[in-house]
Amino acid sequence: MIAGRVWKFGDNINTDLMLPGSLLHAPEEEQMKSVFSSHRPGWLAAMRKGDIIIGGRNYGMGSARPAARSLRNIGIACLVADSINGLFFRSAVNFGFVTLECPGVSSAFSEGDTAEISLEDFTVSNKITGTILKALIIPEQLLNLMCGGGIFPLLEAEGLVTPVRPVRAKEA
Amino acid sequence: MGMTIIEKILASRSGQAKVSPGDVVVVDVDCQVLEDMSFFHFGRTGPRDILKVWDPSKVVVIYDHDVPAPSARTAAIQDAGREFIKEFAITRFHDIGRHGICHAVVADHAYALPGTVLVCGDSHTCSAGAFNCAARGVSGPDTLYAITTGKTWFRVGETIRYDLDGRLPAGVSMKDVFLHIAGTYGDHATQNVEFGGSGLPWLGMNARRTLTTMGAELSAEFATFEADDVLLDYIKERNPEPFEAQDPDPDATYRARRTIQLADIEPLVALPDAVIDNSVPVGQVAGVPIQQAYIGSCANGTLDDLKVAAEVVSGRQVAPGVRLIVTPATQLIYRQAIKAGYVEKLVDAGAVVTNATCGACYGGHMGVLGPGETCITASTRNFKGRMGDPTAQIYMASPATVAASALAGVIAHPGEFFRGDV
Ligand code: SF4
Repeated sequence: MIAGRVWKFGDNINTDLMLPGSLLHAPEEEQMKSVFSSHRPGWLAAMRKGDIIIGGRNYGMGSARPAARSLRNIGIACLVADSINGLFFRSAVNFGFVTLECPGVSSAFSEGDTAEISLEDFTVSNKITGTILKALIIPEQLLNLMCGGGIFPLLEAEGLVTPVRPVRAKEA
Repeated sequence: MGMTIIEKILASRSGQAKVSPGDVVVVDVDCQVLEDMSFFHFGRTGPRDILKVWDPSKVVVIYDHDVPAPSARTAAIQDAGREFIKEFAITRFHDIGRHGICHAVVADHAYALPGTVLVCGDSHTCSAGAFNCAARGVSGPDTLYAITTGKTWFRVGETIRYDLDGRLPAGVSMKDVFLHIAGTYGDHATQNVEFGGSGLPWLGMNARRTLTTMGAELSAEFATFEADDVLLDYIKERNPEPFEAQDPDPDATYRARRTIQLADIEPLVALPDAVIDNSVPVGQVAGVPIQQAYIGSCANGTLDDLKVAAEVVSGRQVAPGVRLIVTPATQLIYRQAIKAGYVEKLVDAGAVVTNATCGACYGGHMGVLGPGETCITASTRNFKGRMGDPTAQIYMASPATVAASALAGVIAHPGEFFRGDV
């Protein structure tokens, strides 16, 4: 069960808003400092670890950049949106960021509400209004990746890639 | 019930008789494209190394985003890529000089074959759907999975079928068709789009690719064209490998079936910051002053696009205070445009013709927007901050509309300038 305070975002939130192009080559510690910086200045300072984002239609449209990783890194516990761009969903699976599609979720929540999300029966509950919605089921293989730290542990375990090497001071 | 094109490709490449919306399928990857940004994720300049390549003969490496390197960091990334290519004996490598925007290089060489699966990290990989190919962007981590295991996974979504009927009026392009679809039907998140119809014989591969490339902006899972003689002839001249094209079953199940009368399409413009539900007829924004006009990208850097731009500006001058930047999508297209005389017409009119790169499209280099500037672009995205400073305003339109606007110094209807006879 995941529970947390809700932040509302609208329709068609694109990846550039979460990870600006100017930071494409920057280390992830830098990238996470600019999440929604031009879209919603001040939000990053106001949000807390464990908060939840409720989005509208077509969340995460846009480029393949690892915007889901930035949301995970700043401590968002879960994202639920009316619909989600397929590429953003893949990134969420691969970077271990819990992301659910739940048609109608954006109209069931106001900013500041408390959301409770069950990954057992895929329900999304508004603890303030009592509304309970059904999210789309994520197939088991993908859910295991999403909740198990993403695809990199698997690739490492199978000897396909090396573990991350320590950052060289010069490059950072 | 029968299957749509994409369902048939995914069924065949996952070894199943049938797949349906809602399924997750694991498929064999027939072609894996890496661009220079890939080496930001692995190799000497990335956080980790790849220990195995499933089949080097299925890999194509193409440099596009930062070419020639605009910084020491990107130069190092590209060098790491060259090392990787040597280590794993990858032969299909498009280094600087043979480079181009990866999706356009894939088209130049018909690396995408009908009925096959092609993946790349980049979001506009759906471009190769024009080749009756199941092609999509899978992002960095899935690139690692595919290149090391030869496999990837897809969710099977519902399909929207578009029948393109009739012929486009002069001066109207597939970019306008895209703006019409995005403006009328909104996003297609979780859905596939399939294109066919009686207008196909008049739509060349470049026109089709503009539409499938922009499938990423509809948030479509896959954007796929039917295979016809135009496609099969195009491939025959470029790639001798065998393939099996997939036609939709006559009783395929579609979420919706929509007909677009191409003759009714007019030049459109997407207002700044979004393309979904954001298109207006050019007349509605005509007169808005611009400082930059850009023609390029994987969607609109084709030879046909350069031809249209050259036709519009031929014998005229770009307005003072406006930068018209034109980027051929590949080095091959650049050479063809020189031979055809398009480059000369553009440069004579005061345009800058850059080398083939993603450059200005993603605000990387060679055409980055400054604070408060206004640009009209024939590229793929007009998100806030996409081409540079977040206070810049980016309108999106067809190459003809962009070229006309560059001459006028304000957003302008291409009909005022388009002669189509130069
Ligand atoms: S041209 Fe633009 S949209 Fe196309 S691959 Fe390059 S950056 Fe992406």
